[in-house]
Amino acid sequence: MSHWPLLSLVTFLPLVGVGFIMTSRGEDAIVARNARNIALSTSLIVFVLSIALWVEFDPSTPAFQFVERARWVSIGGFTINYHLGIDGISLFFILLSTLLTVLCVLSSWNSVQVQVKEYMISFLVLETMMVGIFSALDFFLFYVFFEGVLIPMFLIIGIWGGPRRVYSAFKFFLYTLLGSVLSLLAIIAVYVQTGSSDIEVALAHHFPPDLQKWLWLAFFASFAVKVPMWPVHTWLPDTHVEAPTAGSVILAGVLLKLGGYGFIRFSLPMFPAASAYFTPLVFALSAIAIIYTSFVALAQTDMKKLIAYSSVAHMGLVTMGLFALTSEAVQGAVIQMLSHGLVSAALFLVVGVVYDRLHTRDIDRYGGLVERMPVYAFVFMCFMLASIGLPGTSGFVGEFLILLGTFRVSTLECFLAATALFLGAMYMLYLYRRVIFGTITRDDLRGMTDLSLREKIVFAPLLILVLWMGIYPSSFLVPIRTSVDHLVAQVNAANKNPRQADAGGGDQVNAVIPAKAGIHPSAVREVDQWIPAFAGTTSK
Amino acid sequence: MPIVAFPGLAPAVPEVVLVCAAMALLIIGVLRGEGSSKLVSWLSVAVLIATLVIAGLLGGERQIGFYGMFINDAFAVFMKALVLLGSAVTIIMGLRYNEEHQIARFEFPVLVLLATAGMMVMISANDLITLYLGLELQSLALYVVASFDRDSVRSTEAGLKYFVLGALASGMLLYGASLIYGFTGTTSFANIAGLFGGGAKPSAGLIIGMVFVAVGLAFKCSAVPFHMWTPDVYEGAPTPVTAFFSVAPKIAAVALFVRFLVEPLGGLLAEWRQIIVFLSVASMLLGAVAAIAQTNIKRLMAYSSIGHVGYALIGLAAATPNGIRGVLVYMAIYLFMNIGTWTVILCMRQRGQMLEGISDLSGLGRSQPGLALALAIFMFALAGIPPTAGFFSKLYIFLAAIEANLVGLAVIGVVTSVVGAFYYLRIVKVMYFDEPVGAFDRPIAPELKWVLVVTAVLTMFFILMPDPVVGGAEVAAKSLFLR
Repeated sequence: MSHWPLLSLVTFLPLVGVGFIMTSRGEDAIVARNARNIALSTSLIVFVLSIALWVEFDPSTPAFQFVERARWVSIGGFTINYHLGIDGISLFFILLSTLLTVLCVLSSWNSVQVQVKEYMISFLVLETMMVGIFSALDFFLFYVFFEGVLIPMFLIIGIWGGPRRVYSAFKFFLYTLLGSVLSLLAIIAVYVQTGSSDIEVALAHHFPPDLQKWLWLAFFASFAVKVPMWPVHTWLPDTHVEAPTAGSVILAGVLLKLGGYGFIRFSLPMFPAASAYFTPLVFALSAIAIIYTSFVALAQTDMKKLIAYSSVAHMGLVTMGLFALTSEAVQGAVIQMLSHGLVSAALFLVVGVVYDRLHTRDIDRYGGLVERMPVYAFVFMCFMLASIGLPGTSGFVGEFLILLGTFRVSTLECFLAATALFLGAMYMLYLYRRVIFGTITRDDLRGMTDLSLREKIVFAPLLILVLWMGIYPSSFLVPIRTSVDHLVAQVNAANKNPRQADAGGGDQVNAVIPAKAGIHPSAVREVDQWIPAFAGTTSK
Repeated sequence: MPIVAFPGLAPAVPEVVLVCAAMALLIIGVLRGEGSSKLVSWLSVAVLIATLVIAGLLGGERQIGFYGMFINDAFAVFMKALVLLGSAVTIIMGLRYNEEHQIARFEFPVLVLLATAGMMVMISANDLITLYLGLELQSLALYVVASFDRDSVRSTEAGLKYFVLGALASGMLLYGASLIYGFTGTTSFANIAGLFGGGAKPSAGLIIGMVFVAVGLAFKCSAVPFHMWTPDVYEGAPTPVTAFFSVAPKIAAVALFVRFLVEPLGGLLAEWRQIIVFLSVASMLLGAVAAIAQTNIKRLMAYSSIGHVGYALIGLAAATPNGIRGVLVYMAIYLFMNIGTWTVILCMRQRGQMLEGISDLSGLGRSQPGLALALAIFMFALAGIPPTAGFFSKLYIFLAAIEANLVGLAVIGVVTSVVGAFYYLRIVKVMYFDEPVGAFDRPIAPELKWVLVVTAVLTMFFILMPDPVVGGAEVAAKSLFLR
């Protein structure tokens, strides 16, 4: 199947759906119905194709797979290639994007009634952009997707959002645009340095240390806003509160991962010296993000805002893990991003369910929902516990690996990060208690209906994946690990101070705790193996 | 009496054809009287296209005519093609507007033809005299066109303002040219360029002359701080005329600016680069900031065009073949984005009345989705957001700036582009996020519809086939550096 342009198909098939939706004519109701059906079937086909990517993926090599390459711009000295390919890191982000698009279309089936056609077009365009970002292997191609994603998101927030949607849409757009234009300059500088816009070439290039710092900072401006890291996170709560449910799902599920993905794909391997130099900065910002935003979350009265702040805290863990730069921590960071993509998306959908019924997100308006909506309470509980990081859920695996890997680098940072688990439990349980338990005091709450079949279908895959990732993470860890090991080895070799000197101690920890974590024995064996393998690996 | 050899006319054939045709059309118009406007307009379009074909057939071979005063090279062909396209499309765009405002006179297309001839001479200037001739031929025609709606106070005011300030700029340019002649003893670009060959230190008089000429040219392409006339003239002139002003004369002025600084004065790079950097930064800043407060879309587009000149000048500041290529690509894409936007503005009419307020676009996304989609594409393109063509125009400019080590300029450029994105987005916001206030008149005139579709498609799908434009620009830019 590898002779098929599978990756291009996954990337651009949604645009075919857009074409079909655009050509549908007739009465509004018919057009809306057609738009929904076309969007759902297109996104389903794309999702199935993206699963084929996973099936065909060869986890034994860190090299890019499904590579497609064609000339795009080729004038004089300036060449841009259409170059796609994925490795273990990007594979699951693509799956996450395609899955969440399907769920978004489903979840907006009834809640969006105005301009349905435009809504579905926006989501399909968004899907193309998201998949494109994760599969692009040419800098300019990457940037086209990376910035292009702003257009559909801007429209989604601005047209179908809440009362302050205009303010939020502008804030979102301009904030992230300012970050990304600086990274455009950095991309151009990389091009001028390497003479090629190919990401693979740039990854193997050695940049002078001084230049590294500037370029690192320029990329950081872009990715830190996307993550978002404290103190540039302020766009996130505003945007989440005003965005429609499905918009929040994509935003939290995929767009926040662009920052982390950018760090792991560009900043770390291309600028190892600068990354090491700025690690204390990232650690400090991450620790502040984790602790500060957790407390802020505790004080929120709006459910979406609370989850938005919890996202900032969780992403703080991710950035910390990435820059700890041990194999466990980076693997943990990737898993944590995937897990957060599922869990926060699910939590926004959970909020969306009651919002559709009562049209308020004010926590005080709810209470005692368990009596009327037992299934809902159960679903909410599962995702709430996953967000806290309960063992057996995906949240635990990521957090645990991050803490484990960070502990080797900095015990203080690990300690600060560990408070996230405690604080996270505080605000999530507090939220859950206020919404689900207690006595029903209002009449409109008594009239609430439990999850419909469509809503159950939306939550089922998320729930299954959260548990799967928690109970048997090696399905996901095996493809990720090869690429991450390669990356960590490359960075450490470039910096000539491997942080993995204490390999023996690491073995023991790995051997004992993953078993407790519910990680399958085969995963433990794999984790054991990477350390000797690491010693023999040299950078390209 | 010595026999003077007949000057080499070959490189100027397109201009000759254009001027002769303009005369012929003038005669046709006079003979057939008032009702001939439509005929003359379409014939003018045909003439412009024929000129384009002739210019294309002539090719980008470097040819010099008129005893070295006139040059034709790949750069000239590229820029002339843009100017001719811009002029032809604006004549088409003005057809219906002029009829409805009772200003459909046959002089309009003829004046546009004459202005275009002036622009082509400017682009091909190889001598200070030719430069001034072309510039004045263009300007005089433009002054008249600006006040073409002669019964409207705003239009006559615009024309007068343009004339007074334009004459001042021409005066400065002429003064600078005379200084250059006085200190070098030559008006020929080739001879001036030759002065820098031996590494001799340029005289102060030459530098001062260069500054004056640069001021005059900055005025013509409305770079800050010589932009004051732009918003008023753009607002006052009839809309098709404004559309014309915002593309063809601007492209010609930028072309002349580029040729004048790169070819004869390439040796003064260190001196003029500071000027260009200042003009560029000031234009980008003002274009971004001043447009935010505008409520009239024509004024907004005026500030937008000031900002865009600032970006184009980044490429000139780089002064490398890649920088000039950036300028050319920028102007080409700017042509399409701008013509498209002005076409939408021409469609903004209710019950026969033209509307110019940004708030009049409210809810266009629901009342006229096609028109709104086109304008949204143009706005995202003007803001430089991928995947629209506008992104590529900025990409090539910033690429050149980084290569030439003008990092500070590039950073200011991207930051102002974010500020500028705000007001482009505001238009998208008004169209899509606000409630509809009332639909515009339908149907849209067929010729406008065609212009709209073509420009929107080109702006949106430039990404698929950037090579023809970029390739042409590459060859054109290199031709400037052959000397």
